[in-house]
Amino acid sequence: MSDHNYTPSSKFGKWFNDRLPLLTLANHLTDYPTPKNLNYWWTFGGILTFCLITQIITGLVLAMHYIAHADLAFSSVEHIMRDVNYGWLIRYIHANGASMFFLAVYIHIFRSLFYGSYKAPREIIWILGIMIYLLMMAAAFMGYVLPWGQMSFWGATVITNLFSAIPLVGESITTWLWGGYSVDNPTLTRFFTLHYLIPFLILGLVVLHIWALHVPGNNNPVGIDIQKPSKDTVPFHPYIVIKDLFALLLFMIVFAFFVFYSPNILGHADNYIEANPLVTPAHIVPEWYLLPFYAILRSIPDKLLGVVAMLSAIFILAALPWLDTSKVRSAVFRPLYKQFYWILVIDVLILGYVGAMPAEGLYLLIARVATAYYFLHFLLILPILGKIEKTTPLPLSITSPVLGGSADLAMAKNTDVRKEKL
Amino acid sequence: MSDEKKPNRRDFIFTATAAVGAVGAGAAAWPLIDQMNPDASVKALASTEVDVSSLQPGQSITVLWRGKPVFIKRRTENEISEARNVKISDLKHPEKDEDRAQNPEWLVMLGVCTHLGCVPLADKGEYGGWFCPCHGSHYDTAGRIRKGPAPTNLEIPKYEFVNSNTIKIG
Repeated sequence: MSDHNYTPSSKFGKWFNDRLPLLTLANHLTDYPTPKNLNYWWTFGGILTFCLITQIITGLVLAMHYIAHADLAFSSVEHIMRDVNYGWLIRYIHANGASMFFLAVYIHIFRSLFYGSYKAPREIIWILGIMIYLLMMAAAFMGYVLPWGQMSFWGATVITNLFSAIPLVGESITTWLWGGYSVDNPTLTRFFTLHYLIPFLILGLVVLHIWALHVPGNNNPVGIDIQKPSKDTVPFHPYIVIKDLFALLLFMIVFAFFVFYSPNILGHADNYIEANPLVTPAHIVPEWYLLPFYAILRSIPDKLLGVVAMLSAIFILAALPWLDTSKVRSAVFRPLYKQFYWILVIDVLILGYVGAMPAEGLYLLIARVATAYYFLHFLLILPILGKIEKTTPLPLSITSPVLGGSADLAMAKNTDVRKEKL
Repeated sequence: MSDEKKPNRRDFIFTATAAVGAVGAGAAAWPLIDQMNPDASVKALASTEVDVSSLQPGQSITVLWRGKPVFIKRRTENEISEARNVKISDLKHPEKDEDRAQNPEWLVMLGVCTHLGCVPLADKGEYGGWFCPCHGSHYDTAGRIRKGPAPTNLEIPKYEFVNSNTIKIG
């Protein structure tokens, strides 16, 4: 990238930049060459940054009024809702913000899956992303415990009990997590501390995620490398900034719809009942964004193996750059992968659906088939597909598909190159 | 000199977008700022009623109102006449005693030194009223500043006699 020889125009700017090259960084971020064929699926990185900042700001505000104590937590949340100026708004933004954050991250992940953004040389970006996703799940889970309603309490009980599946030391680990013999005040205070900490860890990982992104640059819908920066790219500012802002605006409309018109639709009514260690709600389900993994957990009729399967379903994603053996990134040029991609999308949606249903009868059967297919996709289909799939010709450059006339020639050349590689 | 450029459509759109964006950002920021103001539960505690039937002349009590001490003093004849006989021109913050006490026998005022917020001590100081131990402000029997760094007299809250035995503050 051409920003190494950047010199600030003003004298003071130069003096400052020689000591702390913030202006060089700003210049890099402004001029950062971005593939000019990026579509709207690429705007979710910016949207996710917005989500993270929104969660941190509203979270800081809520922490000013919330009391992390088993006897006071529930009423302090009601106090926020009823007494604190705009408390209802801030809490609804924070609660729905978590759902919006996951909505955006799932689109971001599935965009990556479709366009092969996890492949070389972007494996580290992908793995950092999976780490962010894991931390998001931890933060969301612990945040859900804080209001100390029935769902908070029993969600915390069920999730922490997962650790009791570990052979030999499981019970001691669970007791250690709880700080007692059940979920109680010590559990609540430590969850509050960790819930406060994790967003800042995520922020740090986001910086690394973007840093790692800026080394090779963005992937793009055709999934080929940039040939000529001058032809194939546009500067990040103003082109991508404006596009990202426009997409963010649309996203905020959806966000605002939930906050103002159906703020509780994504939550559970049971969580407006204060935690009661003597009574479990009749039907206990996690928040929607954790449902697919919950379905995998319940589909295995063995405590330990269920937990292992659930965790594997997440960690298997980290190995994806090596499980997918195809050299072609974008699904646009992979006719078979494109179909399997959509089957996976449907499979995950089915898992999410059955995760919300009672674990019995037909639902259980569907959950088992869908779980099996999930693992099949990553462990068997992807490695084999890369070897046998006949991909369609790649364009010579990002620009060539746009310039109709020269496309055929370009494609022809590229096919030759690909044959040599094979 | 170059020709002056007339603003074109694009300039207008930029300015309009930035203006709308600024209004939106302000509207989004306001709840985040306002949440730190006193909330409804604090405002609900804005008044308090005190039973003063047991106070004898010369005695005083201190009650808590909005998290601050309020002095309620039943003054003796001496203290009243002392307060009323001061020459107004001698006062740093000129106020008549009649304006500070609705009923001359009862003095109700915030027990917060107007210097830096400490609680003055009763029946101390050179003027027979209150004395602030933090930085040495002397108040007279009407709670007026007579000597020391405090700029103004002790503040009189809004109060009323609900009946002869009960004072409602706030």
